[in-house]
Amino acid sequence: MDLLGFARGPALKAALAIFCLGVAWRIAGFALLRIRRDLNKPRASPARFLTEGLIAVGTRSWPHPEFIGRTGAGEALGYSYHLGLFALVLLFGPHIAFFGSLIGIRWPGLPSSLITVISVLTLALFLAVLFRRVTNPVMRMLSNFDDYFSWFITMLVLGTGLAATAHIGAPYQTLLALHILSFDALLVWFPFGKLMHAFYIFPSRAINGALLARKGATS
Amino acid sequence: MSAPAGMLGASLAPAEQRSGEARVAGAMSGFAREVGALSAFRLESCIHCGICADACHFYIATEDPQYTPIWKVEPFKQAYKRESSPFAPLIRLLGLKREVTADQLDQWQHLLFDSCNMCGRCSLICPMGIDVAALIEQARHAMFEAGLAPKELYQKAAHQKLTGQPEPSTEPYSAKLIAIGERFGVEIPLDKPEAEVMLCVPRTDIEHYPAAVAALARVMKHLGVSCTFRSDGLVAENYGYYAGGKDWQREISRRLIDQAIACNAKTLLVPECGHAYAALRWEAADLYGKPLPFRVLQVTEYLAEQIQQGRLRLAAAVAGATTFQDPCESVRKGGINHAPRTLMKAMGIDLHEMKNHGGFSFCCGGGGGVIDIERAAPLRYRTMENKLREIDDTGAQTFVTSCSDCRRTFDDAQAHFNWQKKPQSLLELVADSLTGAGNTE
Repeated sequence: MDLLGFARGPALKAALAIFCLGVAWRIAGFALLRIRRDLNKPRASPARFLTEGLIAVGTRSWPHPEFIGRTGAGEALGYSYHLGLFALVLLFGPHIAFFGSLIGIRWPGLPSSLITVISVLTLALFLAVLFRRVTNPVMRMLSNFDDYFSWFITMLVLGTGLAATAHIGAPYQTLLALHILSFDALLVWFPFGKLMHAFYIFPSRAINGALLARKGATS
Repeated sequence: MSAPAGMLGASLAPAEQRSGEARVAGAMSGFAREVGALSAFRLESCIHCGICADACHFYIATEDPQYTPIWKVEPFKQAYKRESSPFAPLIRLLGLKREVTADQLDQWQHLLFDSCNMCGRCSLICPMGIDVAALIEQARHAMFEAGLAPKELYQKAAHQKLTGQPEPSTEPYSAKLIAIGERFGVEIPLDKPEAEVMLCVPRTDIEHYPAAVAALARVMKHLGVSCTFRSDGLVAENYGYYAGGKDWQREISRRLIDQAIACNAKTLLVPECGHAYAALRWEAADLYGKPLPFRVLQVTEYLAEQIQQGRLRLAAAVAGATTFQDPCESVRKGGINHAPRTLMKAMGIDLHEMKNHGGFSFCCGGGGGVIDIERAAPLRYRTMENKLREIDDTGAQTFVTSCSDCRRTFDDAQAHFNWQKKPQSLLELVADSLTGAGNTE
């Protein structure tokens, strides 16, 4: 078995298994802890605060006007590279083919030239994000191994993908194998670090939004 | 005055009497008691973006990263990840999180108490939707168990738990209430066996703002509602809430709950005191162990309700251009945003809102017990500068609030900064604007 075969065969299967089990374990690890019933009489009806919780999923996507001046640029940077990643993961032809082989559904992608532009932009944004993390005193203080390793492994996938599509540095087959191996590594790391926020973000916004709405509090 | 250690229980001896190991053990067991699915989810969800710093007036005023709200719970985040998160054994094996140390907890006392008003503004900015203020409150509980509540809060909480009053006084507060009634020429309803509404009062009002006590009595008399204060459940404040002593908070709340039940009250009316409202409205039933058999209403929402039901009419207040300080605990965190504005509208007040108002208002700087912590004063003054500027920028001549701790904090600022504005009580404005015969006359 060559490197590419290993990367897209047993390595990918093992990584997917670790990813699924790890994510399930991580979520079960806290979700199965006790949930205290709130005995204080709610201000809003359950329907109202559940609706408000769902609304919070959307409204927390962008800062309230009171905060935009201080946080708008940082949040825009954050959302930009996420959008770049989503476009690359979900709208690049070979990725669509890969997902199609897994779930049996395919969808239209973006032209390769546009994908290349998005890749370069996303790469630049990724570097800007790292620069911000190490230069912003608050982010630097909060950051730990998880933050840097999660950045590194995502960057590795992005960089090897870009190298593979641009045929830079090594034969295509080797670059593709490295790209898939780095993706395998990302899947393995995913449940252990902050990449889990992909699973947390919407439930977290919804739950806390609903709990604040239960009190009629500002959300 | 400090409460005798023997009466407080050996495990809650102040920090200086305990070893470092005992402090850490107390904090960790206190924290373990707190961690349920919801708080674990909040701790799990943080992505270290640091955006919460930009909502916090302590950080905004100083640009010091240690005041980042989520950093204030770092030892407990660290402990959660290391001791009880789903991959805790792996984290310990790889040494990714260190054990929490006694020195670290000592250092965090400043961050969790002196530099946090528990105002909840940080909870509005987190892109992950984390209620950071809720985590900070839980961290305060753990610090209390470690004996690391600041002495001012600890002693007041201890005294209130034992006596019902946060501080010793020359005569019982019930006697002081009667004296206030005589001074202001209003009858103070006290210890009636039955009443529709049970009243309580901030100790701050008794000691510093007696006119607010008289205003409450006048308004209730005007409404013709059967109401009473109860000598055995008089004080609205809950220093257990501030100090992080959850069991003490329960006992302090329990005095009021028991008295409200004893007089068959349908409503427990919380006066102009933000944290008293939070403790009674949003936490008391959980600590009591069952839903409360009466409503808990803050006085502004009660009066707004009376206006909406046509039972209260108010004449125009002589106030001129006015701005309003939103108490964090009742407005942002408690959901009473409209009621104060309904009252001001009914009095024809020309309201000039601050740049950040309503749910997004900045804290006065004294909330969360910070006004009581002596060593916190220099930092508190620094954070207040922005608030005072916002008030001045409205151009309002009159400055109103509905929280006695806010009043006390601004009065203190007035003296410190030689600031010209004196905060007024919204309740007192209402009492001065009562019109019509009232329901009993």
